Amino acid sequence: MLEGLLIGLGAAFSFQNIIMVVLGCLTGTFIGMLPGLGPMSIIAIMIPIAITIGDPSAALILLAGVYYGAIFGGSTSSILLNAPGVAGTVATSFDGYPMARGGQAGKALTVAAIASFAGGTIGAVLLMIFAPALSTVALLFHSAEYFALMVVGLSAIAAFAGSGNVAKAVLMTLVGLMMATVGEGALFNMPRFTMGLMDLQSGFSFITLAMAMFALPEAIFLVMNPARSVQGSSKNDIKDLRITRKEASQIAPVIGRQSIQGFFIGVLPGAGATIASFLGYAVERNLAPEKEQKEFGKGSVKGLAAPETANNAACTGSFVPLLTLGIPGSGTTAILLGALIALNVTPGPRLMTDSPEIFWAVIVSMYIGNIVLLILNLPLIPYIARVLSIPRTYLIPFILFFTLMGSYIGQNNSTELLILVGFGVCATILKFADYPLAPLLIGFILGSMLEDNFSRSMQLYDGISFIFERPMTSGLITVAIILIVLPSVRARFF
Amino acid sequence: MQLDRWIALVILCISLIYGYSAFFVMDELLAPFLRRNPIWPSTFPKILSVLAVATSFIILLKIERSVERNTSSDMDLSELKNYKIKEAIILLALMVAYALLLRPAGFLLSTVSFLSLGGVVLGERKIYILIPITTLATVIIWYLVQGILGIFLRPLPYFL
Repeated sequence: MLEGLLIGLGAAFSFQNIIMVVLGCLTGTFIGMLPGLGPMSIIAIMIPIAITIGDPSAALILLAGVYYGAIFGGSTSSILLNAPGVAGTVATSFDGYPMARGGQAGKALTVAAIASFAGGTIGAVLLMIFAPALSTVALLFHSAEYFALMVVGLSAIAAFAGSGNVAKAVLMTLVGLMMATVGEGALFNMPRFTMGLMDLQSGFSFITLAMAMFALPEAIFLVMNPARSVQGSSKNDIKDLRITRKEASQIAPVIGRQSIQGFFIGVLPGAGATIASFLGYAVERNLAPEKEQKEFGKGSVKGLAAPETANNAACTGSFVPLLTLGIPGSGTTAILLGALIALNVTPGPRLMTDSPEIFWAVIVSMYIGNIVLLILNLPLIPYIARVLSIPRTYLIPFILFFTLMGSYIGQNNSTELLILVGFGVCATILKFADYPLAPLLIGFILGSMLEDNFSRSMQLYDGISFIFERPMTSGLITVAIILIVLPSVRARFF
Repeated sequence: MQLDRWIALVILCISLIYGYSAFFVMDELLAPFLRRNPIWPSTFPKILSVLAVATSFIILLKIERSVERNTSSDMDLSELKNYKIKEAIILLALMVAYALLLRPAGFLLSTVSFLSLGGVVLGERKIYILIPITTLATVIIWYLVQGILGIFLRPLPYFL
């Protein structure tokens, strides 16, 4: 392994490659901040440039920089504007945005940067050690286990519901799942609940729903209640990056746990950063002492560090099936697979033996990407955080505009903007009635995957018996039930 | 009745319509040979509708004991009269107008108008600063999105 690492370092460390990773990180960070443009779109845009470079190692290093930069950029818009551009950064906004609103934008961005760095780096170490062995474990996961894993992911709703509000969270999850059934599903090839409207043929767009559930109600409320603005905090508070010793000791174990959990979830094809971040948030909330649990959702550093670490570690984990089996585990790795093939590199079991310099260059590029990202972004954070000190007469119209553009760019359809406004108004009313909106979005994101895996399992087992016949499935379903029931039992008896 | 229970009632009605469609409409469209499958396109929606109806009733009938107010949201309905609702409605109307005018009026004109009018609605009175800033920002964003990222946005009105 050490020999391989040296091969990778030899391939990666050159002046040209360092420039590539710096450019990649900067490009990824700035474009990633635009809602609607996630890592997948940005890497797709950068592929022609990577191919022009010709050298696979240099191209991969550029793309790794773009990838990590885009993830951090997405977190930035979640934290500062409550506008998660991709599903993997939705959980980041739960505590990141309240921190920013409370005048701790600089600190929130610093925690996110450090957590991302740690998640990505620990993930890369785990990738190096466990890649070959894990690829066989990932193949043991069948549709029944995926279905159960999604149910556990959905049970994370319990983490967002206060005592006595579990029913509201469950109802919101069900509404999200119902919305995910609108349109033509991949499995049945038949339009459902479209009411004959062509615009609903492909279902609701994730980005429209994310903007409507998070960014728009916040912007509307900033308009209605000017006192809510962060302008009450001084500019120095907003720019302050310092993390106290107490906060560092709080987030250190979270980072350790979530790096490992996120990585192993990321290894499973299809599970990816989204489930890792939601589960990471839920697990850390449940593990926290009761006093700290109440801080979750209101600006807890633990609540911010958990999803940030987990989604970065999961992104690294998703490289395991790609590099060892040639199977892309997520949309982003599918695009990277295309880039690798265009560069005449075929990932798979033989990559490690046939082209060790490429395999190890990818791993080394992950370390370099993470380190460069941290070095570049920490000094930039005070400037990025200044976004919040822009006068509200400018800031709010721009937030609304980016919300609209995020939705429009994804679909290129004006009807999408009307849907956005409609859902935004509904989301605001729901917030007034204390309905948590995160479960709705989680339900929507996981809905189609949940139904696909449920349907495949039903077909394979000719009924629902797969839940009882497969031990791992039964175990996961039991965990999910406990997660949902526990808050109500706690509220009633303790 | 409290707002949360009114919402539960609305969701209950939506779930009943959704469930009616899943139980009685969708299956009629199914080809006969597909009816032998253990899973139909309506199976998952049927499960969801039953669960949604049951959960709506739990909220509507206050079966779950609420021990604390979920304070994660600081939007307070009792403070509604103190909020600037008129401004929020005007901005929402501007968003609708933007959606309708984006294609016919072109990206540049509609965006500059939206950002400038939005600023004015929120109380910005230095229009001589507002319009140049929004124009500059709009042109930069248009160049970034179309020129660099290659996503087409018609810059000018349809007749130009």
